Amino acid sequence: MHIIEFKGLTKYFGGLAALEEVSFRIKENAIFSIIGPNGAGKTTLFNCLTGLTKPSRGEILFKGKNIVGLPPHSISRAGIARTFQNIRLFKEMTVLENVLSGQHNSCGQKIWASLLRTKDFLRQEESLRQRAYEYLEFVGLHEELDRAAGELPYGSQRRLEIARALATEAEVMLLDEPTAGMNPQETAEMMEIMKRLKEIGKTVVLIEHDMKVVMGVSEWIIVLDHGVKISEGTPEMVKNDPLVIEAYLGKEAHA
Amino acid sequence: MSIAWLMRIPNWLLIPAWFGVLSFPFTGAKTAIVISGGILGAGILWRFLERTIALSRGKKFSLFEQIKTIPSTAYLYLSLSVALLLPFITSPYVVDTASLAGIYIILSLGLNIVVGYTGLLNLGFAAFYAIGAYSYALLNTTLALGFWESLPISMAISAVAGFLLGIPALRLRGDYLAIVTLGFGEITRIVLNNWVSVTNGPNGIAGIQRPSIIGIEFKGVTDYYYLVLFFVLFTIFLINRVINSKAGRAWMSIRDDEIAASTIGIDTFLYKLYAFTFGALWAGLAGQLFAAKMRFVSPESFTFLESVLILSMVILGGQGSIGGSIIGAIILVVLPEILREFEQYRMVFLGAGLIFMMIFRPQGLIISRHNKP
Repeated sequence: MHIIEFKGLTKYFGGLAALEEVSFRIKENAIFSIIGPNGAGKTTLFNCLTGLTKPSRGEILFKGKNIVGLPPHSISRAGIARTFQNIRLFKEMTVLENVLSGQHNSCGQKIWASLLRTKDFLRQEESLRQRAYEYLEFVGLHEELDRAAGELPYGSQRRLEIARALATEAEVMLLDEPTAGMNPQETAEMMEIMKRLKEIGKTVVLIEHDMKVVMGVSEWIIVLDHGVKISEGTPEMVKNDPLVIEAYLGKEAHA
Repeated sequence: MSIAWLMRIPNWLLIPAWFGVLSFPFTGAKTAIVISGGILGAGILWRFLERTIALSRGKKFSLFEQIKTIPSTAYLYLSLSVALLLPFITSPYVVDTASLAGIYIILSLGLNIVVGYTGLLNLGFAAFYAIGAYSYALLNTTLALGFWESLPISMAISAVAGFLLGIPALRLRGDYLAIVTLGFGEITRIVLNNWVSVTNGPNGIAGIQRPSIIGIEFKGVTDYYYLVLFFVLFTIFLINRVINSKAGRAWMSIRDDEIAASTIGIDTFLYKLYAFTFGALWAGLAGQLFAAKMRFVSPESFTFLESVLILSMVILGGQGSIGGSIIGAIILVVLPEILREFEQYRMVFLGAGLIFMMIFRPQGLIISRHNKP
């Protein structure tokens, strides 16, 4: 089953085509990677998919429904969550509160219930906390509940972003360079987290520069270059594609 | 010439001397000496206490560290009992000032939701205050509605005004939003000033009824103080509950990162609108209390300076902290009263104090529990 399908997705910034006629499909419950040199349009693709940028042309089908034009919060409710390349946590809130905020969709709290502190409200807050704890345990931050998110070390901040995305109960997790700036050990832990996300039934879409990570976890890879899809396939196929090698290393010089 | 010797003057001598120098021009030499002597004496007593306790326990002892370990609930109960007993231990003048401070506490708590928790700069908050005050004034003088019947109506009118302003204004961000709210504040004041047939223009509306319960009027300063105190506690109670729920978390998320908030499913426009509406609701309450206290309203009570004053309370006390808003409001109401005898110098003092604050403690007096340094 394919959960996401891009049909001729095109995005212009002024005269510049950040994405041009990009079409591909993402399989459900797989780890899918998008790679390509800097400025290839990977993050723009994520922004289109989460509603932060409106594509100039084309369709994005999520479970068969076109989601182009929906606001970000509706797309989140539909079941797509993401992390950001340049970490966007709620820095002044605690680790726990970051994850509680992530549960905004699923908690149908009414304002009068919170004013009256009804039994329902208290029970619900307790179960929100319980679930938040589980999400934090998943990424290994369950001992840092009351620390301000902005105080966490860099690697933990990236993991907290994943916990917050998990909290939305989205089926699709978009991870934008989750291992950027990490040391080898942290990178290995992050790969482990990605594999476990797949195990619990999530579809993981990854933007990544570290080829060891990409080749290590992905089942399917697409390669973008200057906004155009130049290759697609399993890690083996992509690795040996001359077009990909050219995009990364440049054309062989002819004297 | 070297000034290194200045650095070697011990604090216990420097602080009293500094206060003496500061108060000399205002109070004359005699009082200045008394002030610095008093501070010096208090300092010596403090040290003496620490020494004796340290000697008896055989280890170093710091009274300051000890004070820091007092739990916050102790302060809560202490301030609550002081608030309840205030009319018995002070003069009517102090109680009257405290009632005014109470009204400003409600205002700064309301603005704190918008500025401190949601991160939206609002420079026209006095407009909602004015709308609440005029709503009660008009409901009372033209429709003869009493205090309690008018209360929900004037709160609702303020909230609706916040909602209606929010719809166009919240499409803007940062500085632009601030300018629009500033404009709204001025427009409201100008309308009140010029719509003579309804608002009686610059002459204002007089003869507003005092509140009463089962036929007993809140006549004296003390009665009114308890009424305000009740509403202050009511406001703190409800705001605290909303802040610690889904809505409060959504507001803080928007303040910290609006884009991230939208990608976790928060309808940022809607929640900003909620914040505007909910903040304005409390301004409506404060407005009605003000109108009932003064029994008179006029546009000059709701100028731009009033908006700035309320904003200063929120910022001075500490954004995103309920305790901060309360302390900020109390200081900015009480300080001008204390400094009243210095006449024209008091605004200089107040201004200098605020500048010092911004330099040495930009987070405000009370730092909300998360962003402790």
